[in-house]
Amino acid sequence: MSEPILSIQNLQVNYGGIEAVKGISFDVPEGEIVTLIGANGAGKSSTLRSISGLVKPKGGKILYKGEDITGKNPTEIVSRGITLVPEGRRIFADLTVKENLRVGAYLRKDDITEDMEWVFDLFPRLREREWQAGGTLSGGEQQMLAVGRALMSRPKVMMMDEPSLGLAPLVVREIFRIIEEVNKRGVTILLIEQNANMALKTADMGYVLETGRITMSGPGKELLVNEDVKKAYLGT
Amino acid sequence: MSAWISANLPYLLAGISVGGQYALIAIGYTMVYGILRLINFAHGDVFMVAGLIMVYATASLPIYISVILVVVATVLLGVVIEKVAYKPLRSAPRMSVMISAIGVSYLLQNCALYFTGGLPQVYPNIPFLSKVVQVGPATTKMVTIVTPILTLVLVFALVALIKYTKVGMAMRAVSRDFETSELMGIKINNVISMTFVIGCFLAAVGSLLYFTNYNSVIPTSGAMPGLKAFVAAVFGGIGSVPGAVIGAFIIGICENIIKGLGWTVFSDAFTFVLLIVILLVKPTGIFGEKATDKV
Repeated sequence: MSEPILSIQNLQVNYGGIEAVKGISFDVPEGEIVTLIGANGAGKSSTLRSISGLVKPKGGKILYKGEDITGKNPTEIVSRGITLVPEGRRIFADLTVKENLRVGAYLRKDDITEDMEWVFDLFPRLREREWQAGGTLSGGEQQMLAVGRALMSRPKVMMMDEPSLGLAPLVVREIFRIIEEVNKRGVTILLIEQNANMALKTADMGYVLETGRITMSGPGKELLVNEDVKKAYLGT
Repeated sequence: MSAWISANLPYLLAGISVGGQYALIAIGYTMVYGILRLINFAHGDVFMVAGLIMVYATASLPIYISVILVVVATVLLGVVIEKVAYKPLRSAPRMSVMISAIGVSYLLQNCALYFTGGLPQVYPNIPFLSKVVQVGPATTKMVTIVTPILTLVLVFALVALIKYTKVGMAMRAVSRDFETSELMGIKINNVISMTFVIGCFLAAVGSLLYFTNYNSVIPTSGAMPGLKAFVAAVFGGIGSVPGAVIGAFIIGICENIIKGLGWTVFSDAFTFVLLIVILLVKPTGIFGEKATDKV
């Protein structure tokens, strides 16, 4: 196996005075889909937020292609090729669909028309609504726009925070199909989910996070049939 | 009819002119509010300081260099105020920032009191603006005609900037969601500084026009136009640039019509009654932000 594109080493994050992440370590190999699953408050979001630079970790290291990027600001993280699709989509409601995509490419100075075409090919429904305000889209369309917006920065690693939250099962399946397609294009995916079933089916590698610690790990398919995971997260 | 027009034309002209000056100040309030959700109470005093800088600059410099100096210095003052008094409070409750703004307001007034010794400072004549011109049956200063034209040109330029440029897009993004804007790689602090640059630039231009009309500057000169511009911004829907401009023109014209009717003492009162009525009847103003959020 080649060197991981993202390596998290003993990461600790405090959130609102409590220890949200208590020293976790995991690797994200290049070109794979890695998922962190776990209940609310397990520290999943805090992990992604500290990788993206929104919060400064209390301790530990984040390595990207072997380089230490711990505590860098979000602008630097994005420009290096790591992007985050935030929880709850966070579409700019009064920017049009097209403007939302252009904001996603904010740091790029080169031509973005090709990328925009690609995003519109991935999500034909966004093309139809190009001039509509982002806030007028349905939940599923907003999630597509959030993914498209993230792709506009031409990321090497795309992190996704609960992309299936609040969406209808059919739309969830669509989103996961897109995740796989984006991954086939060579974008490494770090996905966190409460919908463990979908996430593990899609992921090459899975980690189970419980109250700020990693308690289990393994290939997605293996965790899917693991008795403890089944009981706690799959409800079967 | 024509007698009525010739009697009232000066008031109408004055109203449009003052309205334009309020508009230039009001944009500073409305833009800062749009981005930071802060009512920048110091804005009117920055406007007053712009007036004083002109007074002191012309004492030793030619008039047109002074004009440039006023604009540059006012913009710098605005950016410094933001960095020193507001930025450290970025994650503090909004009320703390507002109290800081009130503090800056009084600080500027008291500094002005120290420098001027409390005496009214005579505002220099800007030859082009002070020229007397004839409009139909009325005579007036050139500034009366220049103000609305200049205001509209600047406002259209600003609206185009916000709508069609990358910086403008970043401003609209930041005004809705700091954190997500950061995730897009937008440098929040640069966008906020840009907002203050624009607001103070317009206030500086406004001060050149306003004080040419009023001839003198005192430490509290910024308070009344500042308050009225603030009312205009609320009236138009705070956060909206076109709203602030329309609000400012309406207030300027109404005030002067009231003066024309012979009720000069009530012209200020009218503005503040309007504020109360707006807050009671339509708190979001004419163009108030509509909530398009969908969760």
